[in-house]
Amino acid sequence: MNNKSERGTTYLNPYVSGFLLGLVLLATFYITGRGLGASGAIKSTVVTAVDAVSHSHASSSGYYSQFISDDEHPLNNFLVFEVLGVLAGAFLSGALWGRLKFKVEHSPKITSRTRLLAALSGGVLFGFGSQMGRGCTSGAALSGMAVMSTAGFITMMAIFGTGYLGAWFVRKLWI
Amino acid sequence: MGPLIPQEIIDPGWSNVIALLIGLGFGFVLESAGFSSSRKLAGIFYLYDFTVLRVFMTAVVTAMVGLMYFNYLGWIDYSLIYTNPLYIRSAIVGGVIMGFGFILGGYCPGTSVCAVGIGKIDAMVFTGGMFLGILAFSEAYPLLEHLYNQEPLGPVKIYDSLGMSPGLFAFLLIALSVAAFFVGSYILGKVKKVEY
Repeated sequence: MNNKSERGTTYLNPYVSGFLLGLVLLATFYITGRGLGASGAIKSTVVTAVDAVSHSHASSSGYYSQFISDDEHPLNNFLVFEVLGVLAGAFLSGALWGRLKFKVEHSPKITSRTRLLAALSGGVLFGFGSQMGRGCTSGAALSGMAVMSTAGFITMMAIFGTGYLGAWFVRKLWI
Repeated sequence: MGPLIPQEIIDPGWSNVIALLIGLGFGFVLESAGFSSSRKLAGIFYLYDFTVLRVFMTAVVTAMVGLMYFNYLGWIDYSLIYTNPLYIRSAIVGGVIMGFGFILGGYCPGTSVCAVGIGKIDAMVFTGGMFLGILAFSEAYPLLEHLYNQEPLGPVKIYDSLGMSPGLFAFLLIALSVAAFFVGSYILGKVKKVEY
């Protein structure tokens, strides 16, 4: 059951992938009592970097101070290890399917430079929004919906609704 | 029985090892599904690829129904499972900002890490952008704190918000997902193919 899409490469059937992803998520809840996450790990690296540059700034700030303590390093955290696992897992799958390659993926209608600028701005917005929304597509939407939290459904609708709205304005980037 | 770590059935000292293994499975499945390609992900917004809808909703439904069965069979104590707290305004504002980030950048945080794993340079730049965005939020926190903490409503469940039973809500969500899969396949046959 392969899903041919990108030229010369095959992906796993989306429903099979979704079922497997659901099982990973279910196992995560069963073992840890919480769902999956991603943006939280990046937040930990931000907290670590700011704490290293100026400990006094980090401990006096209303936001960073929530995530630093004297006996626990901010990188010694479940999500950080989980995201390191994601890197390794994706690498293994990429190796298995022959997709390991350094490249900038973009529509033939735009340059690599445009793509990278869009990726940078998108990352800044997503990072900012994930803090305001208390989690990203993994932690707030996917995991939040699996436990039937209202917050998860609202976040998902806001993300995808805005995606469709914004799609018209930036269509030249993609189609 | 479960959840195992909160009840210390598994020693919390194993937490990071388990995190690494869970992440390994998460990353492997995401990459196998094609979530390491921004053009494949963006297809959901231009209706030329429905992988995001199919994978995402199948995963939500699988985990949701699984948790309900585990609870029914007494395998987990659902009251110990984390339910995201509801802050309507910050969830909407955050979600809208993330939506613009998604359509501009082509990734979300999890999928960008996944794409970094196979060498996508645009994903590395996206991840760097996230670092800056989170830094900006944290530095501007005194200005944003009011909106961020406005109206805490606690761990509200969607079936309570809608005034129905958990079983009925789960049934409706499954029916809606299946309908969306059919609509997606129908649209896919109608739109112009995009080569990527």
